[in-house]
Amino acid sequence: MKFGVVIFPGSNCDHDTHHVLKSVLGQETVFFWHQDTDLQDVDTVILPGGFAYGDYLRSGAIARFSPILESVRQHAQEGKLVVGICNGFQILQEAGLLPGVMLRNAGLRFVCRHVWLRTENNQTPFTNACQEGQVLKIPIAHNEGNFFISKQELAELQENQQIIFRYSDAQGDVIPEANPNGSIDSIAGVMNRQGNVMGMMPHPERASEALLSSEDGRFIFKSMIDTVTRINH
Amino acid sequence: MKAKVIVRLKDGVLDPQGQTIQRSLNKMGHEVTELRQGKYFEIEINGMKDESAVRQRVEKIAADVLCNPIIETFEIEDIA
Repeated sequence: MKFGVVIFPGSNCDHDTHHVLKSVLGQETVFFWHQDTDLQDVDTVILPGGFAYGDYLRSGAIARFSPILESVRQHAQEGKLVVGICNGFQILQEAGLLPGVMLRNAGLRFVCRHVWLRTENNQTPFTNACQEGQVLKIPIAHNEGNFFISKQELAELQENQQIIFRYSDAQGDVIPEANPNGSIDSIAGVMNRQGNVMGMMPHPERASEALLSSEDGRFIFKSMIDTVTRINH
Repeated sequence: MKAKVIVRLKDGVLDPQGQTIQRSLNKMGHEVTELRQGKYFEIEINGMKDESAVRQRVEKIAADVLCNPIIETFEIEDIA
């Protein structure tokens, strides 16, 4: 399958993501510049982490006006897969492709460490290689990862099983002590209602090689590869 | 002509920065019971001299870019 990784001015996880997809997982992978509008028939678009446009106003607030976002919106409307990791997640929220918004971390600190994620829904294109309730070890690295949403919209997310990952302890218990940033309902990753656009604050591309102490991120990439391969055959 | 815009967090939205500032002020003995942090912008638009035109443009800027309607509201404080 073919992946596209979008580079915004200020992206800094673009090459890590490209490396994992191409060199580690052996998938055809191309870069897009944020000014591009031709997505070259990729199956999946990934908006990587970083600090697009410096994130001065709000994270993702300026990046969402990049020309490529219209093509990404079209890609999503066609039912194809779109993933936002960290800053990419924030950009998709600002663009209205994913629900909620990220506030400053409750502790007001940039948090960079491994966390545990409980897979809350393994019937998605992003998690179908995971067991039900599987606990993944994947690092976070952010200052604005405090997921916020209105009570009514939160209830909709819960009802439609759009919450894909919650911060948990190593046993998979979702407890306040395991929530690194104050996110409502310990939300670490969500998808849209249609189930083809996903955002997560943790970085699966930083947890896809044994050298980096966890390969759990591969479950997420493998899920997408399996899904698209099934559709294409 | 300059427009002044204030962006406020909506009631009920967690404001960790505001809380921290409040705690610090209280440590200094100021007895602050509420403090919310917001953003302030001064905007001039090239060649625009008509107040209603400036207001219309600044409203669009504020609604589309300066504020995220999920957590924030904006107010044009003054155009002069």
